Amino acid sequence: MNDTMSKMTLHTEGDTHVVVTRRFAAPPEAVYRAHTEPQLLQKWLLGPAGWTMPVCINEARPGGAIRYEWANGKGGGFYLTGEYLELEPNRRIVHVERMHLPDPTPDNHVETRFDADGGGTLMTMRMTLPDAQTRATMLATGMEHGMEASYARLEELL
Amino acid sequence: MTNRPLDLDTAFSAIADPTRRAILVRLAKGEATVTELAEPFEMSQPAVSQHLKVLEDAGLVAHRIVGTKRPRRLEKAGIQAIDLWLANLRESLEKNYERLDEVLAAMKPDRKETQR
Repeated sequence: MNDTMSKMTLHTEGDTHVVVTRRFAAPPEAVYRAHTEPQLLQKWLLGPAGWTMPVCINEARPGGAIRYEWANGKGGGFYLTGEYLELEPNRRIVHVERMHLPDPTPDNHVETRFDADGGGTLMTMRMTLPDAQTRATMLATGMEHGMEASYARLEELL
Repeated sequence: MTNRPLDLDTAFSAIADPTRRAILVRLAKGEATVTELAEPFEMSQPAVSQHLKVLEDAGLVAHRIVGTKRPRRLEKAGIQAIDLWLANLRESLEKNYERLDEVLAAMKPDRKETQR
């Protein structure tokens, strides 16, 4: 798979959305499984280096619960809870989620689509926050970890 | 102005508009006056001024006064605040998806148990 194939895009849309797309060199069935089976999720949905997900509850049915707990092995940790709203096997997942830091953040409504794309999959994840303020807060939370900035990257993102 | 607290909410609302994003990309290449900015966008100067006001209020654009002109430039702090967050989120997501690539490679049919 070349860079163009795998390149992730991330952009804000309107006042309340964040949209992420990514291509994978595997059929939608496999990508869907990797998003819904705990033993697979625990291998990749980990965030910063050094973190693991010791607890992964994922009841992939409408109304089913989601609970992911991350730990850094040094006593640090945070968790996410959510519920499934709709599932179209191998095609689409709609769920809500919130982070607990430890106070819960407002609900993030997430629609994830898996579209066949050649021999692979185009994943489109569309997050909807309740309002512009919440999205800004969610975005601002990410700043705590701090990274270097560059205009070039901004231009690419915009 | 430069030292105001970062307001990502206002900043993200400001860049939700495609014309304003295009203005930022143009200003990333260097200072420009309203006249210079209006030209490529085929917009009236008042319309461009209005967009610039939104960008200035959001802390993304600043101006200086040179005689009768007010060249606009990017306001570093505001732009970096947005870039910082996006880079951050982007990087941790990218790492996750690189791991997912490996998980998917290990799931290939030839390595998977036959179903049914």
